[in-house]
Amino acid sequence: MSHAIGTTGTSYLDAPHGLASWLLTKDHKRIAMLYLISITIFFAVGAMFAATIRAELATPQGDLLDSDMYNKIFTLHGVVMIFFFLIPSIPAVLGNFLLPIMCGTKDLAFPRINLLSWYIFIAGAIITLAAVFNGGVDTGWTFYTPYSSIASESSVTVAALGVFVTGFSSILTGLNFIVTVHRMRAPGLTWFRLPLFVWAIYATSLVMILGTPVVAITVLLVAAERALHLGFFDPTRGGDPVLFQHLFWFYSHPAVYIMILPAMGVMSELVAAVSRKQVFGYSFVAFSSLAIAVLGFLVWGHHLFVSSQSIYAGLVFSIITMLVAVPSAVKTFNWTATMYKGSVTWESPTYWVVGFMGLFTIGGLTGLFLATMGLDIHLTDTYFVVAHFHYIMVGGAIMGYLGGMHFWWPKMTGRLYSEAGAKASAILVFVGFNLTFFPQFLLGYMGMPRRYHAYPPEWQVLNVLSSAGASVLAIGYLLPAFYLTYSLIKGAKAPANPWGAKGLEWTIPSPPPTFNFEDDVVVDEPAYNYKPAREVHVG
Amino acid sequence: MEQQLEASTLGMWVFLVTEVMFFGGMFMVYILYRVLYPEAWVMGSNHLNVTLGALNTGVLICSSLTMALAVRSAQIGSRSGQVVNLILTIVLGSVFLIVKYFEYAEKFEHHLVPGPHFDMSLPEAPHQQLFFSIYFMLTGVHAAHMVVGIGLMLVILTMAMRGRFSSSYYTPVEVSGLYWHFVDIVWIFLFPLLYLLGAHLGAH
Ligand code: HEM
Ligand SMILES: [Cu+2]
Repeated sequence: MSHAIGTTGTSYLDAPHGLASWLLTKDHKRIAMLYLISITIFFAVGAMFAATIRAELATPQGDLLDSDMYNKIFTLHGVVMIFFFLIPSIPAVLGNFLLPIMCGTKDLAFPRINLLSWYIFIAGAIITLAAVFNGGVDTGWTFYTPYSSIASESSVTVAALGVFVTGFSSILTGLNFIVTVHRMRAPGLTWFRLPLFVWAIYATSLVMILGTPVVAITVLLVAAERALHLGFFDPTRGGDPVLFQHLFWFYSHPAVYIMILPAMGVMSELVAAVSRKQVFGYSFVAFSSLAIAVLGFLVWGHHLFVSSQSIYAGLVFSIITMLVAVPSAVKTFNWTATMYKGSVTWESPTYWVVGFMGLFTIGGLTGLFLATMGLDIHLTDTYFVVAHFHYIMVGGAIMGYLGGMHFWWPKMTGRLYSEAGAKASAILVFVGFNLTFFPQFLLGYMGMPRRYHAYPPEWQVLNVLSSAGASVLAIGYLLPAFYLTYSLIKGAKAPANPWGAKGLEWTIPSPPPTFNFEDDVVVDEPAYNYKPAREVHVG
Repeated sequence: MEQQLEASTLGMWVFLVTEVMFFGGMFMVYILYRVLYPEAWVMGSNHLNVTLGALNTGVLICSSLTMALAVRSAQIGSRSGQVVNLILTIVLGSVFLIVKYFEYAEKFEHHLVPGPHFDMSLPEAPHQQLFFSIYFMLTGVHAAHMVVGIGLMLVILTMAMRGRFSSSYYTPVEVSGLYWHFVDIVWIFLFPLLYLLGAHLGAH
């Protein structure tokens, strides 16, 4: 790209110091750091709940927690992980940090609103935490009615309000990204020269602004129903509890794409960089993000196969669900094609890429099992579903997030970390992950229901395997906390472009100066304009 | 400056899309139960005060007009025009809320508020209660939007009084005007859907 590496200008980290300068910052990079710190804390909290669940399930009897406590723990695990970690993770951290730089601009369109979204996020988290200290919530992260609206005696109202508030943070972030991509691109940076990460974040933002308001109003209705006895979901007053499921999944199925699309965007960047090659079928990958975003809104009924939904509706939802698999498969195919014949180098990001592709494929294929109505009737609400969505969300989304963090860490912090540590972590996560969740497919197939704290002794072997895997996984996740923190103190200074990658972010110093670019950026070439590092001979 | 205006306007439009989805969720609830319980819907609608509803519709249409005039005054750089029209908009918005207050009070008096005190002697009472649940949710959330709108207008008004806007910079007036019109349009949907249903279907 025609932009020279800037030499002067203090980095955004060194600019003014002091807590206030961080808490009142309008710099998208500092806001990204605020998110990074907060979601890392939430991840740790969510992981602690997960560890408690696996500890309880190591034995068939409920000897660690009673059923009531167990309900509260898995609910908090779900709520924290989904609303406070997975949904904000890549968009709010990597998206905030990279999107303006990748668009060749100084900041997002609305820097003040960007800061506001972080505060709203924290406010939502505090309200939700208040629910925890107020006795906890036992409905599951899905808040299904009528249990949540009339029966449960736990703090559903407060938790629902917390989720409602957090939703606005997501909406405002999405709005900021959309306007930035539309209006702030540097001259010459046409839509089809945008990095695929930007396309993915753009598609994600569309889902955020179209879906989040619906879940917001849905949880508001539940809260109002509890507080004012309104009866929307109460069958004794003519209300329809299944209506809640429709409204909830109209958001929450697309929400799974809020979690996975950004990870797919990260993968496209990483695959190109580690293969030193233009992404195979660039425009297919770009449009498949939009296709996923659109189709994602049409399939929510596959969560209602066993509700009162008509069998014909089920059939239609089943077929459309299978259609979503197509754009996902397009992406996987294109990444593989990019790596094949590419000059792949085995640096630490490559390990996360390969791990992602393996886990995501298993997760996606098992989705097809669930999308088949007849099979789902057997598998629904069993550990098969639990394994499916963890393969996608933990195996896919978190792998993508960690891969992205490792790839852009030198850019964000200006420091290099231990490659050996990173490779060890990626391998431990991959092994630990499969050990944890693969047995759950078998358990689910054998009929073990989700959300129970005790089970027949025959299932203990697989459960112990799963709990043991969770410990390996935990070590895999803890490792980066050490070598990344260590890199901040003792790590070697990172050059502007440690991976030899293409993209505007690699043309500016690490860490970037406050206003990103010294002079105006003009783009005159497509994304990923790599020259092969070495000739590849095939055949 | 040009880019700033375009960005803010696009931002507001995107925000209004989220608002459409937000109200859309409640409209889905409305449609579902209206199809399930048409009788109760008509009867519930007959308990609403069409006169006050119509009055409020008129009030809001006038406020949309004064809002449009405020934007126009900003464009042509007339400070007094902005101030007068913004004040009128705020006053009309407040009138709307006051009328709403009287309407709500009437519902409390006649035991038409869902909950333990609902008048269970009405025909189709349980389902009418559902109608009133939706009535209070929709109009309540709309009223909350009015309150936000009035707050926004107060901010714009103080900025206008300080002469912050000129014919080359009036983005905040224009963008908050979009919001105000949107809230008015929502009411234009709510009024027939809630108030005129009984009259239209003619059941008593
Ligand atoms: C690509 C990202 C995906 C993510 C993040 C994801 C996530 C999830 C989650 C969280 C659940 C469980 C919800 C709950 O009850 O708590 C779920 C269930 C389900 N998923 Fe996926 N999924 C993805 C892809 C797919 C695909 C590609 C398909 C089909 C081709 C699919 C089909 C299903 C079905 C049918 C269920 C419902 C199963 C049941 O409740 O019985 N999913 N998914
Ligand atoms: Cu789904």
